[in-house]
Amino acid sequence: MREKLVLIGNGMAGVRTLEEILKKDPERFSMTVFGEEPHPNYNRIMLSSVLQGDSTVDDIVLNSYEWYEEHDITLHTGDPIIKVDTKKQVVYSQSGLACNYDKLIFATGSNPFMLPLPGADKEGVIAFRNIKDCETMIETSKNYKKAVVIGGGLLGLEAARGLLNLNMHVDVIHISDFLMERQLDEPAGKMLQEELEAQGMTFHLKKNTEKILGEKRVEEVRFTDGTSIDTDLVVMAVGIKPNIELGKKSGLKTERAIVVNDYMETSAENVYAVGECAEHRGIAYGLVAPLYEQGKVLAAHICSTEKTSEPGYQGSIVYTQLKVSGVDVFSAGMFQDNEKTKAIRVHDEFEGLYKKVVVQDNKVVGAVLFGDTGDSPRLLNMMRSGEDISQMSKVAILPSESGSESKVSPVVAMADGETICGCNGVSKGEICSAISDQGLTTVDQVKLCTNAGRSCGGCKPLVADLLALTTGEEVDNAKEAMCGCTEYTHEEVVAEIRELGLSHPREVMNVLGWESDEGCSKCRPAINYYLQMVDPIKNADDPSSRFVNERVHANINHNGTFSVVPRMYGGVTNAEQLRKIADVADKYSIPLLKVTGGQRIDMFGVEKEDLPKVWDDLGMRSGSAYAKALRTVKTCVGEQFCRFGTQDSIGLGIELEKKFEYINTPHKVKMAVSACPRNCAESGIKDFGIVGVEGAWELYVGGNGGVDLRGGDLFCKVKTKEEIIDTISAFLQYYREHARYLERTSHFVERVGLDHMKEVVLEDTEGRRELIERLEVALATGKDPWKEIIENKDKQKEYEKKQVTLV
Amino acid sequence: MSTVNSVNKVLVAKSNDLSIGIGRRVQVDGMEIALFKQEDQSIHAVENKCPHKGGPLSEGIVSGEHVFCPLHDRKINVRDGLVQAPDHGCVKRYDVEIEGENVFIFID
Repeated sequence: MREKLVLIGNGMAGVRTLEEILKKDPERFSMTVFGEEPHPNYNRIMLSSVLQGDSTVDDIVLNSYEWYEEHDITLHTGDPIIKVDTKKQVVYSQSGLACNYDKLIFATGSNPFMLPLPGADKEGVIAFRNIKDCETMIETSKNYKKAVVIGGGLLGLEAARGLLNLNMHVDVIHISDFLMERQLDEPAGKMLQEELEAQGMTFHLKKNTEKILGEKRVEEVRFTDGTSIDTDLVVMAVGIKPNIELGKKSGLKTERAIVVNDYMETSAENVYAVGECAEHRGIAYGLVAPLYEQGKVLAAHICSTEKTSEPGYQGSIVYTQLKVSGVDVFSAGMFQDNEKTKAIRVHDEFEGLYKKVVVQDNKVVGAVLFGDTGDSPRLLNMMRSGEDISQMSKVAILPSESGSESKVSPVVAMADGETICGCNGVSKGEICSAISDQGLTTVDQVKLCTNAGRSCGGCKPLVADLLALTTGEEVDNAKEAMCGCTEYTHEEVVAEIRELGLSHPREVMNVLGWESDEGCSKCRPAINYYLQMVDPIKNADDPSSRFVNERVHANINHNGTFSVVPRMYGGVTNAEQLRKIADVADKYSIPLLKVTGGQRIDMFGVEKEDLPKVWDDLGMRSGSAYAKALRTVKTCVGEQFCRFGTQDSIGLGIELEKKFEYINTPHKVKMAVSACPRNCAESGIKDFGIVGVEGAWELYVGGNGGVDLRGGDLFCKVKTKEEIIDTISAFLQYYREHARYLERTSHFVERVGLDHMKEVVLEDTEGRRELIERLEVALATGKDPWKEIIENKDKQKEYEKKQVTLV
Repeated sequence: MSTVNSVNKVLVAKSNDLSIGIGRRVQVDGMEIALFKQEDQSIHAVENKCPHKGGPLSEGIVSGEHVFCPLHDRKINVRDGLVQAPDHGCVKRYDVEIEGENVFIFID
């Protein structure tokens, strides 16, 4: 039975912890989550973006209901836990559920701190903490015009900006003499104020609110200095306090928050706390990156068997980024001066730039950036690594100050190991390789693949820069490496194989300095193909470099069974074949028989161990339905029966299929022969499509009916079957020799050009003759793979399934 | 309710029957296990089921101690069972003991 894990609090810290646990050991726990809000886990940091109208509530959902289902997590929303019995290890919910646990995680977050002012209970006095608060503000803005925000910190300013967007008049009340005094120094705070005033906010600094007046609803806010402001809405954003009521009631040791050790363990056995409700070494964090770091530590600890070997949580460097459109503000670490620190300052009042880097003992310990936050990832990395900067120039520390005319993105100067997304700990290298390996083109794709930008979104401009940097370079010199294992392109690998006479995939990877001698699923099949293409006689096939379908000569299905397609030349069959297929289907209880698009019969759901027996019983040849080779030649009935048929399409189809079967090609190759321009065999969307007309044959090339629909190009019109076969031979060999592995003829023709193909296949008679000769050599090596396996007991071994029973 | 954790040592293969670079599946009491023999003659055993969509890992392309799932190309380390970035998850792994020709795995 799986251990029971209960999570109290369905927010960012708690759910991230579950994600980390699932990553480490998806089978270990049966998980149950209780949350107070009636939503799945959403990105609380992005609430300001919802308020500012840039996102919808749906946009900021981090884990959809489907995610919980997929991972078998029982979710109770709108049902907070009200009692925990840490002795019996049971939690009780408001709706009356009792749930026992083996491990319990408190992730109850924090509550907004509401000033206990007279009148604070009036209608129209709210906090800014959850989706409901957002909705209230949006609703209010429809009927009222004036809003007061109490608190000129991060949250207050984000709320104020949102209310401006909702067309409200906004007054911001702040107790200190400059804004965001917990994150900024005075010059930066003043610059921020100027910028926000320009956006339309009114500030009232050094003000203490005394009371809130009004009938039922708020009408006026009065200050201790006797002044007052009329208003319809008051948003209190003066801070948060850890939500520890339940923890306290349950007997956990609490101070400012629930006290935890380096492994996020509370004072009660099997009870952990993570996120804003946890206090570690005297600090309760209220920012996302530390919460995620804690989640990671907790997951490692809970999943680990040797508890002591896991490093504990060591505390976090905190940093913030204000998310107000048009203002870039960043602050991290110890940004205030004291007698031990020195600072690098850049203050440009014309450009609205302010940068301050605080240094102590030759190490960066804090920073404030205003107006241009591009250097922030670099500074954070210096703070984390504790790098000695005594030998560094100012430009090395603040690359944005390089003063060069062309503004170079800070990502250029960053090392691969440096962090781009601080929330989720994603490095430049990880993002770049995701972009190049998976061909990503948008910030959103990068987010889905790597998690970068999934939380606060502050790093999105840097991700965009990386996209430009990574993909832009490829556009510039058009050199595309075969895969992540090497810098060689497909063409270069082929050239080296020829030049050095290489004969085995391992040899190629070794001689050409592959990053790992083992290669990967992209390069190994390609190299194996190229080797045999270059020398079909000498270079043997390496089955271990083949994708499963080509290794076992059947198509793998979603459930691990295989499908078998026997060859029916030209789509022609007879009673004997059909009888055999029917008998085999009965004998092996084949669940599905289906007529394919290539005019034959597919037998789905065959167990791997049955494959050789099925082939033997069928007594038919392999249809290569799994291979990068000639698949089928589809034909119409033609002159044999059709009243419009001008030519023997079936006859030519069968001849072509027998001629070209079992030869390796860069990708699959399909052919068709129609006997008149009605084109019943769909010759226009095949790699080689032939259309019979009165007294002649037309050959179309590069057609494709798949992913990239492409009509074939008319290549030539000839009188005889022999000319058709020779032309296809020469074309096919040129394609085999010059296409990149997995490049269909349609893409190949587009790349090299139809005229070029006409030149080498039709016009250069000597070259054409040589191409045909080389193809004949390769064709001579082609064999029916099924027959080979049926006749060779050794080769059948791979198909066997060993059964062991426990006693 | 108390259960004693019993571990079964099961003979699953002869080392010579396994080839380097190609996985081999063994069914042990209804459970499929994939065996991978390495260049250094060591053998790793994992559950024959990709955590993504259940693909049979024994059929994947093997690159050293990694296998690429044949269904959707997830890359999995057969030594520790971890799915490689950017995907995540892990497959169950089994301890392996080789005594001469005999390959045993431990099943709990």
